[in-house]
Amino acid sequence: MTATPIKFYQVGSRAVGNRLLPAELRTEQSSPDRSNALTSGHRACQGCGEALAARYVLDAAVRATSGRLITVNATGCLEVFSTPYPESAWQLPWMHSLFANAPSVASGVAAALAAQGRSDIRVLAQGGDGASVDIGLACLSGMFERDDDVLYVCYDNEAYMNTGVQRSGATPPFARTATTEALGPEPGASPGQGKDLARIAMAHEIAYVATATVAELHDLERKVRRAMQLRGARYLHVLSPCPLGWGTASHDTVRLARLAHRSGLFPIYEAIGGEVVDVLPIRDRVPVDEYLRPQRRYAHLFGDPPRPDLVARVQQLADRNVARFARWEGAGA
Amino acid sequence: MFQIRFHGRGGQGVVTAAELCAAAAFDGGHETLAFPSFGSERTGAPVTAFCRVDDRPILTREPVVRPDLVVVQDATLLHHVAVFSGLADGGTVVINTGRPLGDLGLDELAGTHRVECVPATELARRHTGRPVPNACLLGALAAVADVVAMPALEQAIGERFPGAVAAGNIAACRAAYELVRREAVLGA
Amino acid sequence: MREQQEGSRAVARVVARCRPAVVPAYPITPQTHIVEGLGLMVRAGELSPCRFLTVESEFAAMSAAIGASAVGTRTYTATASQGLLYMAEPLFNASGLGLPIVLTVANRAIGAPINIWNDHSDAMSMRDCGWVQLYAIDNQHAVDLHVQAFALAERISVPVMVCVDGFVLTHASEPIDVPDQDVVDAVLPDIRPRQRLDPAEPVTIGAMVGPEAFTEVRYLAQLDLLRALSEFPAVVAQLGAHTGREVGPVTRFGPESARTVVIALGSVCGTIRAVLEDGVDTDGVDGDGLGDVALLALTMYRPFPSAAIRAAVGDAERVIVLERAFAPGAGGIVTADVRGALTGRDLPLHTVVAGLGGRPITEAALRELFARARRDDLPDVQFLDLDERSVHAARTSGASS
Repeated sequence: MTATPIKFYQVGSRAVGNRLLPAELRTEQSSPDRSNALTSGHRACQGCGEALAARYVLDAAVRATSGRLITVNATGCLEVFSTPYPESAWQLPWMHSLFANAPSVASGVAAALAAQGRSDIRVLAQGGDGASVDIGLACLSGMFERDDDVLYVCYDNEAYMNTGVQRSGATPPFARTATTEALGPEPGASPGQGKDLARIAMAHEIAYVATATVAELHDLERKVRRAMQLRGARYLHVLSPCPLGWGTASHDTVRLARLAHRSGLFPIYEAIGGEVVDVLPIRDRVPVDEYLRPQRRYAHLFGDPPRPDLVARVQQLADRNVARFARWEGAGA
Repeated sequence: MFQIRFHGRGGQGVVTAAELCAAAAFDGGHETLAFPSFGSERTGAPVTAFCRVDDRPILTREPVVRPDLVVVQDATLLHHVAVFSGLADGGTVVINTGRPLGDLGLDELAGTHRVECVPATELARRHTGRPVPNACLLGALAAVADVVAMPALEQAIGERFPGAVAAGNIAACRAAYELVRREAVLGA
Repeated sequence: MREQQEGSRAVARVVARCRPAVVPAYPITPQTHIVEGLGLMVRAGELSPCRFLTVESEFAAMSAAIGASAVGTRTYTATASQGLLYMAEPLFNASGLGLPIVLTVANRAIGAPINIWNDHSDAMSMRDCGWVQLYAIDNQHAVDLHVQAFALAERISVPVMVCVDGFVLTHASEPIDVPDQDVVDAVLPDIRPRQRLDPAEPVTIGAMVGPEAFTEVRYLAQLDLLRALSEFPAVVAQLGAHTGREVGPVTRFGPESARTVVIALGSVCGTIRAVLEDGVDTDGVDGDGLGDVALLALTMYRPFPSAAIRAAVGDAERVIVLERAFAPGAGGIVTADVRGALTGRDLPLHTVVAGLGGRPITEAALRELFARARRDDLPDVQFLDLDERSVHAARTSGASS
């Protein structure tokens, strides 16, 4: 009888919980002891990518710091839906100050803890793309430049969602928002604009920069753990689809995040000291079409008349990303 | 109350001069106040500083309008800025210059007020290596005004500047003091 | 022990003795000597433990202070003018969150046109941000006020702004007694915050408050701020027991019988006192002229000490408010508050806007002002020392500055 290799597809899979995996390889989310730092009862929309991302990130961070963690939150959806006074969904020390200043407030928190001799307590600051890429960019850059001991997490849903889906510096080309309507010769957001905040962070040569999505839970948790093993300024950029703003079905949040990666439009990578060290390989690359079609914010690209020329320009962006990061694919241990 | 007004240009230590003067007078047991009046913040712009000395607490914050003593650290200001404005009857003037009064067009002033000319920039360069005349001129000030005594002035300079710089400034200061005292003796 | 020193440096020294644990710093004229002094002390190990955070803007400075204060550490920063405006959003945030931060404002005019010299337009623009506002009359007062500010802030969980006239006080060198460390420690014990971020007892700070509760939250904040009216005299007395110096929220100088009362804030009070003590006005009358004028020096502007002002005005027949700023399109700022305090009293209230953008307020101008007051010859609102000719020339030529 010939030996037939048995492939255990479920081992090492991306499933949240998997009893076939040893405990240390399972996700924090699969643990009944997870902190539920962001617990149930908040007012987020069904399928909210940011709520999902925040829960993933903070539970992993609480585990990595043994509960010694303080969180500073910028104004935005996350802060609004999680603290409807007199209720709060946060089960860890949490503070919200203003829209632009989460990085600065976090810098102050870290400095105070250091002055008190309590640097074992770690600091995590978080905000949406608007807070991070636009109005808070000066504060974020200052925090990077000073190398303050803060992990900053950006939940990127690619527009100002809480205020009604207006365009931000992170809004991708041709996406429809309330301030970039699908009208005119170049409908939706203008191409060529938009800040790549992860690469801006890398330019500051801080200890750790990484991108992640809500579709890659193991990868995201690993990056939070890795970040928390380091000191100094660190940055994590998490793609967090917004069903309302993107015009997608609420059950498609994880699937869309995965398609963003598989299309090449959202590279997932890590950088140490400003140099890329690892890139998550794209299995089963898909054309951008497959990612864009399910989103009503891109409906005008496929309407009457369709705009294959614009889709082609998006495809070029995806191709450029893949080429840019190709040499580091799978480089990390 | 004894009021002094210092005139110079940014970068010449005019404000420091007023502060050193006040420190020395305070050391002599007086109440003092020194403060600047800035023009634009740049080197070379005219700068004025004030020093008040009294035996009761000084309350007023207005600029010195009727100085008893005017110190001119930069002679190029003489006909550009009203450096003698409000000079009290019997008031004294100390000017940083090596030129005769007539050349400066100040003969008339010398007829009504005591005017002491001291080549402070030169003295400063000789004793400190730098053409900054402020501490040096204070020596002349001490020679004409009772409110500032040389020992107190030297101590103030010593506390304000580091080692060698202080020593040089003190030497220049003494030189100016001796110069004015000698002329006073000769003049009498 | 009194020593001749620059106001800014004395403020830096006393703030260091208040033991702040975090000092975010961003430079702006004329406050720079204060933060430079503190930075030097931290580097030299004289102020420890303390983190000196060189931030990238005033917005970041106050934000970092908010974070540090929320963790329960004593926090301090300084600014002026445009910098105060740039931290406007965090100022309201800090008071709304009840954080006992102390801020020095080196009063400077607000542009445009850009002007680096002294007036009160900066602090006045933030009079309603929910902070306690205190104004220093001279540099000794400025030093004492900072100790009192920390003590007060921590008693009532409200941030405190100490206003020190830019250049006029910050860059003036005078004899100042900076209280010793043991004196400061006696009146300023370890900070005990009302709440703080701590993993041992997690709290949520900065929740979203809706229409059903917002009014009550703001009303409670108002009550907290009003507590300063009684708590400030208490901290003044406490420090005064060690130093022998006590300057309360409102100080009156001059005879009880004075028929004219001048109300002023900040360093101009010293000049006014000098004029009154001289006792000679432009009518050439010795004594009687200025003997009929009293000064009310306001140390506390927010909360507004209405009752104390009303009592101090007493039976005066006219009040002059000497303003170092004004409300464009409206008139006096402090005047409006004074008018409120004097509700029911029917007496003339004159606004004098003086010293804008660093224009010196001279004794001569003040003497003439008081002489005109005695003759009942004052308009409701005037700009002291206005150059009527150049104003007229500008208006008739049709040119604007």
